[in-house]
Amino acid sequence: MELFAHLADGFATSLSPLNLFIVILGVTAGLFIGAMPGLGSVNGVAIVLPMTFIVPPSSAIILLCAIYYGAMYGGAISSILLGIPGASTAVATTFDGRPMAQQGKAGLALIVAATASFVGGTISVILFTLFAAPLADVALAFGPAEEFALVLLAFTTFVGLGGDDVLKTIIMICLGLALSTVGLDLISGQPRLIFFDQPGFYSGISFLVLAIGIYGVGEILYTIETSKSAPSVTPARLTFRDLWYGIKEVNKLWRTLSFGSFLGFFVGMLPAAGATPAALMSYGLSKLMSKKPETFGKGAIEGVASPETANNAASTGSLLPMLTLGIPGSPTTALLLGGMVMWGLVPGPMLFIEQPDFVWGLISSLYTANLAAVLVNLALIPLFVWALRMPFTVLCAIVLVLCIVGGFAPSQKMHDVWLIAGFGIVGYLMRKADYPMAPLVLALVLGPLMEKSFRQTLIAEQGNIVAFVERPLSGTFIAISVVFFLLPLLKYVKRSPRAQKVPNEPAE
Amino acid sequence: MLMADRIIAASIMALSLYFMWHATELPIGWNGKTGGPGGGAFPFWLSAVMFCCAGGILVRSYRGKKIQSGPFFDPETLSWVVSVAIALVVAIALIPWAGAYIALPLFLFWYLKVFGRHGWVLTGILCIATPVFLFFFFEVTLKILLPKGLTEPFFLPLYARFF
Repeated sequence: MELFAHLADGFATSLSPLNLFIVILGVTAGLFIGAMPGLGSVNGVAIVLPMTFIVPPSSAIILLCAIYYGAMYGGAISSILLGIPGASTAVATTFDGRPMAQQGKAGLALIVAATASFVGGTISVILFTLFAAPLADVALAFGPAEEFALVLLAFTTFVGLGGDDVLKTIIMICLGLALSTVGLDLISGQPRLIFFDQPGFYSGISFLVLAIGIYGVGEILYTIETSKSAPSVTPARLTFRDLWYGIKEVNKLWRTLSFGSFLGFFVGMLPAAGATPAALMSYGLSKLMSKKPETFGKGAIEGVASPETANNAASTGSLLPMLTLGIPGSPTTALLLGGMVMWGLVPGPMLFIEQPDFVWGLISSLYTANLAAVLVNLALIPLFVWALRMPFTVLCAIVLVLCIVGGFAPSQKMHDVWLIAGFGIVGYLMRKADYPMAPLVLALVLGPLMEKSFRQTLIAEQGNIVAFVERPLSGTFIAISVVFFLLPLLKYVKRSPRAQKVPNEPAE
Repeated sequence: MLMADRIIAASIMALSLYFMWHATELPIGWNGKTGGPGGGAFPFWLSAVMFCCAGGILVRSYRGKKIQSGPFFDPETLSWVVSVAIALVVAIALIPWAGAYIALPLFLFWYLKVFGRHGWVLTGILCIATPVFLFFFFEVTLKILLPKGLTEPFFLPLYARFF
């Protein structure tokens, strides 16, 4: 019952006129960002974050979450109308969404995607509400040793489950962690890694600089290279009959949808997995469970609905460890975490005690964001069809200008703008060489916590390194980490060495 | 592709060595007095791991038989990427000197008119609307001053008007 009281308090915050306006603004922006091929939630949050100084911190986080939500809905729009996923998370939606559009059922496909997203979003937000407080309570018992073990666990999931080249993944994690140590030593306060004696490095490398570089500049460069010709937009007509039919069809798919939601929510919690694999898994499993598997890939409604529920559920799922444990479940939530720290709202169990208004306001705003997203999505479909015809060069030019200004604004140093350009170009090259970007961003955000908790533990235990394994919780985390770390090795031993090429998509 | 993979791996190895050299300015070993590693240990040993992994990639590229084929860059679109990257760098370099309100519209103009081959109307609207938006959003609302360089005197009447 306490839960309902908290949630009611939360709604009092999130239903205030300012926050309601912000949620609607955020989901609309998110829908557009998600619908643009090449830009997903992570790009949107990275580019918009520097501009959220305009509202109070708690509203800024609500805005960013609304963008995150909106982008998940929006990804489906270009998957269906262009046949190109608007974000990597919507890849699975193209399988059946595109054929539906080609059969002249684009409007129906968009309705199914939106309603399925709504179901996935709602089920996962309810799960989120149920799990958040208990998980935060468990996390209250965490000391520095547990924190370190948990961060280690988050990184080893990339090695064990990430699916990218193991060596390249480890390089990116280490690079992110090493970059996070630039600046002043946490314990002694001495300067370290001040490259070329540039004074700009004394304040460290901000996660925002890296994120804008990689997800702003780097992404645009990558898109310029891969988009040779303008894709053709399938016209979508939307009638109330279609709307009614779509909702009735989705209503028949309860089993698939609830299954996809649960799957998405739990897969989304894992840092290395996230919305893209969740959507693909959900698509595959619903094909297996379907009575008519032969219709999949040829425009099955179920094939649009199942990945869309899962990717929305996953985006909520990845918020859970971020908010309760301070460990982000995806690159986008890593940026949200960085943003919250920037505003003095440090995620983790203490946040539930010290800032309950904010926490429950945020959780309840997920409900309003979800509802707003489905309504705005359905209402603005004609506008999206028009927006997708926007020439790509216009979008790129505006995004690049926003990257420059957005990089300058928080610190007001040209040093950061140069770093953004550098990270953008280097990130673009490394992404082409199949280096995964998600672990790099997560490592830079979590690096300070990892080093601090490691060294705090050792100081408290007088240098006794066994302390990490002796404490039951941290020992368990470390044991799981070791398993994840050894997983690729086991695969390697089982099968003869086989060069695997994995498509390099930012997991969201 | 193979060559690019090797060059990137070798660059990472060089970068790790540079990081390691920098990290040695602080103690990298176990600090007996306080317990735990010194201030340079984290960057040093992480860079060492990075060095080894990049070395592993390099070694693998010489030993492996199955290699991803195909050119690293798409020859058709490489020139686009390079010209955008150069334009971006030029725009950033211009900002402290000519000011954001000259450099960014110039960049937009180049991108839309020269690179994107859009019409004058669209280019004109965006080149004028963007700096106006930036001024009102960042300077007037957020009180974040963008660099003005040479154009600083022209903004004094605006400051007097809005602050």
